[in-house]
Amino acid sequence: MFKKKTESNVDTTKDASSEDKDQPWAELGLTQDEYQLIREILNRRPTSSELAMYSVMWSEHCSYKSSKIYLRQFGQKVTDEMNKHLMVGMGENAGVVDIGEGLAVTFKVESHNHPSYIEPFQGAATGVGGIVRDILSMGARPVAVMDQLRFGAPEHPDTARVVHGVVDGISNYGNSLGLPNIGGETVFDARYQGNPLVNALAVGVLKHDDLKLAKATNPGDLVILFGARTGADGIGGVSVLASETFDDDGPSRRPAVQVGDPFAEKVLIEACMELYELDVISGIQDLGGAGISCATSELAANGDRGMEIQLRNVLLRDESLTPEEILMSESQERMMAIVNKRNLKKFEQIMNKWEVEYSILGKVLADEKLVIRWDEQEIVNVPPKTVAIDSPVYERSVEYPTWIDELNANSSESLPRETEPSEIAAQIIQIASSANQADKSWITSQYDRYVLGNTALSMPDDGGMIRVNEESGLGITMATDANGKYCQLDPYQGAKLALAEAYRNVAMTGARPRAVTNCLNFGSPENPEVMWQFKQATTGLADGCVEASIPVTGGNVSFYNQTGDVAIYPTPVVGVLGVIDDVARRIPSGWQDTGHNIYLLGTTKDELDGSAWAEVIHDHLGGKPPEVDFQKEMELADLIHGANIQGMVASAHDISEGGLAQALVESSLRFGNGARIWLGELMERDGIDLTAALFSESQARAIVSVGREDDVKFVGLCEARGVPIVRIGVTDLESSALEIQGIADIDLLELKSAHVRTLPELFS
Amino acid sequence: MPKIIVEIMPKQDLLDPQGKAVANALKRAGNSEIDATRIGKRIELHYKEQPTEEDLEKAKELAKDFLSNSVIEDVVDVYIEDQN
Amino acid sequence: MKIGVITYPGTLDDRDAQRAIKLAGATPVPLWHASDDLKGIDAVVLPGGFSYGDYLRCGAIAAQAPATKEVIKKAEKGLPILGICNGFQVLVEAHLLPGGLIRNEKQHFVCRDQRLRVENSDTRWTGMFSENEEITIPLKNGEGGYIADDETLKYLEDENLIAFRYLDVNPNGSMNEIAGLSNKQGNIVGLMPHPEHAVEPGFGPDTPIATRSGIDGLRFFQSVIGQVVG
Repeated sequence: MFKKKTESNVDTTKDASSEDKDQPWAELGLTQDEYQLIREILNRRPTSSELAMYSVMWSEHCSYKSSKIYLRQFGQKVTDEMNKHLMVGMGENAGVVDIGEGLAVTFKVESHNHPSYIEPFQGAATGVGGIVRDILSMGARPVAVMDQLRFGAPEHPDTARVVHGVVDGISNYGNSLGLPNIGGETVFDARYQGNPLVNALAVGVLKHDDLKLAKATNPGDLVILFGARTGADGIGGVSVLASETFDDDGPSRRPAVQVGDPFAEKVLIEACMELYELDVISGIQDLGGAGISCATSELAANGDRGMEIQLRNVLLRDESLTPEEILMSESQERMMAIVNKRNLKKFEQIMNKWEVEYSILGKVLADEKLVIRWDEQEIVNVPPKTVAIDSPVYERSVEYPTWIDELNANSSESLPRETEPSEIAAQIIQIASSANQADKSWITSQYDRYVLGNTALSMPDDGGMIRVNEESGLGITMATDANGKYCQLDPYQGAKLALAEAYRNVAMTGARPRAVTNCLNFGSPENPEVMWQFKQATTGLADGCVEASIPVTGGNVSFYNQTGDVAIYPTPVVGVLGVIDDVARRIPSGWQDTGHNIYLLGTTKDELDGSAWAEVIHDHLGGKPPEVDFQKEMELADLIHGANIQGMVASAHDISEGGLAQALVESSLRFGNGARIWLGELMERDGIDLTAALFSESQARAIVSVGREDDVKFVGLCEARGVPIVRIGVTDLESSALEIQGIADIDLLELKSAHVRTLPELFS
Repeated sequence: MPKIIVEIMPKQDLLDPQGKAVANALKRAGNSEIDATRIGKRIELHYKEQPTEEDLEKAKELAKDFLSNSVIEDVVDVYIEDQN
Repeated sequence: MKIGVITYPGTLDDRDAQRAIKLAGATPVPLWHASDDLKGIDAVVLPGGFSYGDYLRCGAIAAQAPATKEVIKKAEKGLPILGICNGFQVLVEAHLLPGGLIRNEKQHFVCRDQRLRVENSDTRWTGMFSENEEITIPLKNGEGGYIADDETLKYLEDENLIAFRYLDVNPNGSMNEIAGLSNKQGNIVGLMPHPEHAVEPGFGPDTPIATRSGIDGLRFFQSVIGQVVG
């Protein structure tokens, strides 16, 4: 059993100054050099509490020590034009973008990969909870969430465990918060078997004046912890410190995972909204990784101040927690506020109204020192910036992976191509029913897309669209994309392609792309070849952003996604935020009117390397990913925007994985309406064969449907703007088939059944 | 800590979807000897001091009126837990 | 006309219910669970969500709230009450409607555009529908399986108290395809699907005409306004 921690075995700063001892720095993940650096900073050995704080704050997860030198590009490769709408850039909890009408949007994606493999339900649930608190701490009301999920091979026995847990976790937590889930991605690949990726995105809206920063600037202001009580969540890592003072059976009780309580978070959101409305707080920070250690040191460091904390005041769920564990605990649904004394009453009233527990931990100090006491004993006394900001930065070794030459040389050119019409029709259906291209409603129907009443578009449309101003109709679109296979073939190009697709998806809904976030999922940074991939991908993304003239506002890095020597595909998830003046002008991704012309915009090249066709039909990955040209992407986006303002675009759907064939399938099935398609003119114009016409993944392309009355005008607009256009068909509500001339009439009910049943068959 | 334990089960004749799902999973895993499962609740009422018979009577009332819903659930037991 | 909307901690669709009331032409009045002051309202909506985290049982803790207790008192006097989703669960827990709601048969939360048949257009909240009219409104719940004993089911059927039944699919395993109920007086209606999410073109269910243009839910609110005023 536990021994109650007595005052005598607390490791104080006094002890640390007077007696040296061996400390478990290696077990806590610090290198010898890092431990030495801490001793130099403090001019003594750290106390066990200080050691715990430094070790977790200097971890890869919290400090970005391996990625920092590359992430700087996102702040450096910018133009004035790109920064025009940026209110808060890299480095805060989340970036903030002006969208007009005195409103701003904050958005961010974060990974919760490893916890979601260990305990999929809680891992995914707390991933949603964490990202929502990030958004909340910027002063915003969260308005929507999205998820980017990557699982192992669909047939692998362990995949179902992870899929069920993750989807249940997101469903349970997100639905209980009352946030619509408006889209996302689900990808299956054996490469993610032991390393599923669970990325969660949240979007929030705020008035310009309500912007909050994680800063403690005014000495004397109170430091208040509120929300859930602190328990032994996610402190497995520091049990090595506890074991110094506990019996053997003690630390084994400490769980490594966190458990979420969505009800507590919902109440926390509403309580924070009232705090913002009544202007009660001067700074706020959510508690995520590294808990109180992180919140206290960051608030103080960002405000160029210090802080004095009485750790005994922390409300505990488990009285046996040691000071080190309290500092490290990752208990969910907690926030830390900086409150001026004159606002304390108002603060307390709001907490009482929402039945939220709180305790005053201490106050802001003028001097830049973070002092933490346990009763009378001082257990931490450190300069906050050394913990939160000035962590070591590494330039890890980078090595070009020679295997990539062989991979690039193995192009899809050698793969056999069908010419038999019935076989080609079979390939269309085979791709449409493959796990990656199949309908995802088995997952998305477990999420609430209606709550808050402002969802203008959600899955399966190209992006999720939310109205943010009910009077004017002003809205935003979010889309996220990443193609790990493209990135495996060429991480530089792959990252650009992720940006291009997300950008295009946003544009297809009628919105103008405005800002970028990212979640960079990679293998171990200690592997020089992974570091090369990371360098290439970040450089590609930064270059792509300059070419598309759109800024990165923030992001997240997840390293160590690998089992043994095998890393995941480099997976830089890119999220693009768009703005639309009036969501009434939204564009759906499928046709609902009969007799509309269907146009293919853009040029189709023979680009099948890394495609869904190569994967599904031939189990092949090799060659080079499609070319990307942001000039063309911008021209396409501008065209759609211009034509949509004039009400000419009845539907628009971007062409990406699975090519034109998959886009036609999805646009037909969106509302279950048929069409007649002919490809002869396209093949002749672009000099391509039937396989390329249907399955090539060339970029900067889309299909649109346009009413007869707007036909001449629309074609004229495309020609004037130099966007290649070719008529490939006509919508036909009388027909119950996707009729592709010279190939087959694919019955829509059969197609739908093939497209929809894949996931239920795998996981129901 | 002195406790009164309240045990609640879904009514015998009503559908218990959780129980059904678990039973199916158990069968799939090869436990063919298990015929069915039902999933209920155990609620612990913690007291500062050892609960009295009076406390127990009150707990029984609470169990009936608030802690369970007599339309779908049965209170199967309410008892003072042995302190060992 | 003033229609109250009670907010409990964990309520989610309260602002949506308020918007629906406004679009229908009445004045929404926010009510707080902890107060028994119903502010002179003419009708009340218990909205959807996860009141008190749906801990213990869905709606069980909210059924004990001061505002709910006041609503229960006024129910006998004929106050029109609409319970949506979690609000339906509260009505059942408060014994204003019979039966119970349990976890969906398939164990998953389900969100879908749900077709329903209006079985009883003789209530305060369904007067503007025609008998047996088919409507589509969103459904989103994790514990929406309606259950009751045989005697109760027989009573509900015999007295025509089943207000709505699911069409096409039974999304949560409800007995007799029950989607919603009314009491005998017709002032209390509870249902799992969400009429307040089908009130505004552009933000409701898809229809064959246009994306998200379904507004079948609006008439729930118009019904109570029309009947109270008229």
